[in-house]
Amino acid sequence: MRIGYYPGCAITKGSSSEEYGTSVLRVAQEIGPEIEEIRDWNCCGASSAHATNHKLSTALSMRNIGIAEQDGIKEILAPCPMCSQRLIISQKDVQDDEKLKKEIEDIVEMTCNGGVKVSNYLEIIKNYCMDEIANKLKKPPKDLKIASYYGCLLVRPPKVLKFDDPEDPKSMDEIVKAIGATPVDWEFKTNCCGGGFTLSRPNVVLKLTNDILEGAMEVGADAIAVACPMCHANLDMRQKNIEKEYNCKFNIPILYISQLIGLALDIGPISLGINKHFVGTESVVNAFS
Amino acid sequence: MKIKITTKELKSDFAKEVEERSGIDVKACYQCGKCTAGCPVAYEMDYMPNQIIRFVQLGARREALTSRTIWLCASCVTCTTRCPKEVKIAELMDVLREISLEEGLANPLEKNITTFHQAFLNSVKKHGRISELWMLNEYKMKRPKTALQDLVVGPQMLSKGKLSFLPHDIEGKDAIKRIFEKCKPH
Repeated sequence: MRIGYYPGCAITKGSSSEEYGTSVLRVAQEIGPEIEEIRDWNCCGASSAHATNHKLSTALSMRNIGIAEQDGIKEILAPCPMCSQRLIISQKDVQDDEKLKKEIEDIVEMTCNGGVKVSNYLEIIKNYCMDEIANKLKKPPKDLKIASYYGCLLVRPPKVLKFDDPEDPKSMDEIVKAIGATPVDWEFKTNCCGGGFTLSRPNVVLKLTNDILEGAMEVGADAIAVACPMCHANLDMRQKNIEKEYNCKFNIPILYISQLIGLALDIGPISLGINKHFVGTESVVNAFS
Repeated sequence: MKIKITTKELKSDFAKEVEERSGIDVKACYQCGKCTAGCPVAYEMDYMPNQIIRFVQLGARREALTSRTIWLCASCVTCTTRCPKEVKIAELMDVLREISLEEGLANPLEKNITTFHQAFLNSVKKHGRISELWMLNEYKMKRPKTALQDLVVGPQMLSKGKLSFLPHDIEGKDAIKRIFEKCKPH
């Protein structure tokens, strides 16, 4: 089955989290599924659209859905949880409101029925790739304790997203286990990292991410696994700022779950974009050899 | 914190206005405070999330729309997830921000946040996708006081190829411009 790929702005080439996209695509070559980029996709508008203009937010998302529908795509992989959340919520909004649907179709100048299944990265791995991971596992890591960090947008709002447990999700931990690493039990799985406030309210981000990193340290995690470009940017690129602000030392590698899967499949770190991280990842990479 | 509101300032139809725009039933809230207890940004807010709901219930339009709280909400949706009365609080913050902007009431103390949203959307309008470097540039030009805070991270991102000088223009960028035109608030 062909699955549409909606990378979104943050994880495409030359963007702040391009290594997430790189690793998702590289891993898909090994264990599937077969994916195809949505034709001429546009930005979903992210927080800035939904926080300021609901109609705009819905229209920007629905243009992508309309294109996918025209191309006969029934399921979309959106690895960025901001994108997947927006694509899911916008479809629900137009499906629940016939008047809004007509208005949006007029705005985006195409029909969009809004029945395309949108899956986040964890869902795709869980639904299509677990057997392949087991079959192709070449380098399970030695004694690697991973704190799975889900953040907000993969699980909330649960009534609309209907994915995993919003207070104590397990899907990423199951993937961590499947590649031979050890998931740790910790309290910060779905705490907020401050998301898009990294430029406008960095003090909020520094406090929230400091709490998360402390939580991971306390349970002795060797690394944190993420599936969101904003979570990664705040925990990895901001880690030095956090250490300076709170006068502490973490040095905790932050890896995308796709990169951890890739390492376990014996894909080279560079083709997984691991060299793009700010915090050193040697300890994690070495655990896989 | 004591808040004084006189009855003549109250707009009794505010809850209805919000409900008509968003379908959110603020009357359902019985002020248990669970939203505030779980809010990761409550410590920075001028009013607690449950107080914002109370403002809407009472019709304290100005207090709600000029608050810093509505801008500081990080849209983490913990409140909506945990609300025992199923009030969509995070979504309520979206509507309040929207009305606040339309009426020019956005709190100037949170100008960084509103400017960021503007710079972000300007980039989408122009290219169809975010061009992070140019979005960053617009934001920093408009908020020069923030220029220094990313002096370490920015260049490191550039050197790792995580920022590109080339904007990501899509073929349908004219269609995107028309979407922005048609979605302009009246």
